[in-house]
Amino acid sequence: MAQIVALTGNEAVAEAMRQINPDVVAAYPITPQTELMHKFAEFHADGLVDTELVLVESEHSAMSASVGAAAAGARAMTATSANGLALMWEIVYIAASLRLPIVMAVVNRALSGNINIHCDHSDSMGCRDSGWIQLFSENAQEAYDNTIMAVKIAEDRRVLLPVMVTLDGFIISHTVERLEILEDQQVKDFVGEYRPERYLLDVDHPFTVGPLDLQDYYFEHKRQEIEAEENALPVIEEVSRAYGTLSGRGYDLIEEYRMEDAERAVVAMGSTCGTAKVVIDQLREQGEAVGLVKVRCYRPFPYERIIAALTKVKAAAVLDRAVSFGAKGGPLYGDVRSALFSNNGQHSVKVIDYIYGLGGRDLEEDHLHKAFADLKRVVQTGRVEFEVGYLGLRE
Amino acid sequence: MATIKELAQRGDKLSPGHRACAGCVPIIAFHQVLRSAQGHVVCGCATGCMEVVTTIFPYTAWKVPFIHNAFENVAATISGVEAAYRALKRKGRVDKDIRFIAFGGDGGTYDIGLQSLSGALERGHNMLYVCYDNEAYMNTGIQRSSATPFAADTKTAPAGKVHKGKKQFPKNLTEIVIAHNVPYAAQASVSHWKDLNRKVERALAVEGPTFINVLAPCPPGWRFPQELGIEMARLAVETCFWPLYEYDHGVRILNYRPKEKLPLSEWTKHQGRFRHLHRAENAHLLAAAQEEVDRRWELLVRMCEQSAGQK
Repeated sequence: MAQIVALTGNEAVAEAMRQINPDVVAAYPITPQTELMHKFAEFHADGLVDTELVLVESEHSAMSASVGAAAAGARAMTATSANGLALMWEIVYIAASLRLPIVMAVVNRALSGNINIHCDHSDSMGCRDSGWIQLFSENAQEAYDNTIMAVKIAEDRRVLLPVMVTLDGFIISHTVERLEILEDQQVKDFVGEYRPERYLLDVDHPFTVGPLDLQDYYFEHKRQEIEAEENALPVIEEVSRAYGTLSGRGYDLIEEYRMEDAERAVVAMGSTCGTAKVVIDQLREQGEAVGLVKVRCYRPFPYERIIAALTKVKAAAVLDRAVSFGAKGGPLYGDVRSALFSNNGQHSVKVIDYIYGLGGRDLEEDHLHKAFADLKRVVQTGRVEFEVGYLGLRE
Repeated sequence: MATIKELAQRGDKLSPGHRACAGCVPIIAFHQVLRSAQGHVVCGCATGCMEVVTTIFPYTAWKVPFIHNAFENVAATISGVEAAYRALKRKGRVDKDIRFIAFGGDGGTYDIGLQSLSGALERGHNMLYVCYDNEAYMNTGIQRSSATPFAADTKTAPAGKVHKGKKQFPKNLTEIVIAHNVPYAAQASVSHWKDLNRKVERALAVEGPTFINVLAPCPPGWRFPQELGIEMARLAVETCFWPLYEYDHGVRILNYRPKEKLPLSEWTKHQGRFRHLHRAENAHLLAAAQEEVDRRWELLVRMCEQSAGQK
């Protein structure tokens, strides 16, 4: 029987972690992730988990300790944001290439030298090519659900890769929402016990982790890692269906909202999807054929699903809460255009990009109305006046 | 403490056929430490010479579980391994008693790895950290570190016409470790193998984080004939450049006081990195180095005498 509670996104993830009861958690403070570990530390202090909590002296050490713990045979989790994620960047790559199923919550925050502590996706995007699986959450409920599923995905023998579960900083992490949480035993049964095939603490079968891997073999190890990331797509679908059976909330690689007969669509990730749904409902009331393609699984990128979803529409706007400096538009735009190009160019979808919400700037309903109005003009004229625009930017 | 016969009879935890240089003293230090460790151990090593020469895939010299993560984080990595051990032992999924040894060179310990070492010591993880101090970034081609001796010639602080090698005196890492209020810390040398063996046994018997700093002469880096490695280690001790001492639960103990303290030049004269110090125009540099060795030695002797009074 699901329990209905009111929690912030940070508290929701901490609750999921309590239920998972990982063997080792490494923690280091950074806004806006901090309250997540506060709550987990309280659970630990009250004896509600029997986790080894390692209160490290930096995020670099948080990921380093997680690597050591996972390699030793423990289920390891951690959490961070922005500069903390950037500091551990080197070890983020090492965790993936050592094929360690670590789960990390990333509470998204701007990564910049003019410092800012509010939401954008520049931190997650900095790691998108590291070999991690990246799942984006729309709200606190999804953050909770994604955290539980992440453990099962990461530890699947076909995958064995670390997973990032994202929450938009402040917008999800600090906002109280209604959500349903599972019973403790349901979560424990779902994630099961971590039983690695080889681990350092199995001293009767010693082996070497992280050797010097030169030209003779390195490339084959990378190919194996590439295949593991590709294998993750069907595993994520499978785990999401199983979780749907358990919780009543089905998930998929992407979510299509009112796309059945949509003529125009926006493509988005994270909390913005909730706002987009509100605007789409308003426009549908006015007879406009609009919809949303929500990207939940960003890495591995669900190319086939994006192609299937978008080739139905005449025009689409990608919403990027990050910049790829020097590239055209943002990172999600690049992936979406790549997907459509992969379709042997057999489509007539006009795609534009909007960069929005940097540094936590609010995306308002009016901004999305403008995006859909721009798309309408593209459909009517058959011409793309600009490829990259900005929402909510003073010009 | 083990006799040399007992040590020789113990199975190697490192196999022959690794790729260390001829005359490599760090690998001797590893053998001595590992032969002194009885029971199950899991080892970690920072990026550096010892990691590179022992683990070229698909081979490994390690006969015990081993992890390399990166250059600056072996202490944090072994912290995670030890935390996993505590968790899994409590859950009954590991039934053996296991000890943890982290190895790092001077660059990976005194410099880039100091933060993660400090964190591990402060948190109190039950592990032994062994620094093999070969006094420069040897794996990357002999660049100075904060462990490099004053005036030593290295590739980044060369002895030129204007600048004569490293400008600073070496960081005293062992005292920095002691300042963390660890239960046990020590300095050791492969030339005094009984002392080293006893220290490793003691460090592994103590609960909590322990530390041993082993001087590890490097033939290509220090530029001495490869057969003189043990002698270079011995002379470092006899000149008091490298005191053998330990700190055990608050008490500092001087383990070796040479009958006749040799001048520093007895150590420096065999090494190419100090060749310029033996020219007349650089006599003041050798004098400054000697003065600093004397100052540190006298300070240490006084601290140990005061400690003895507290025993």
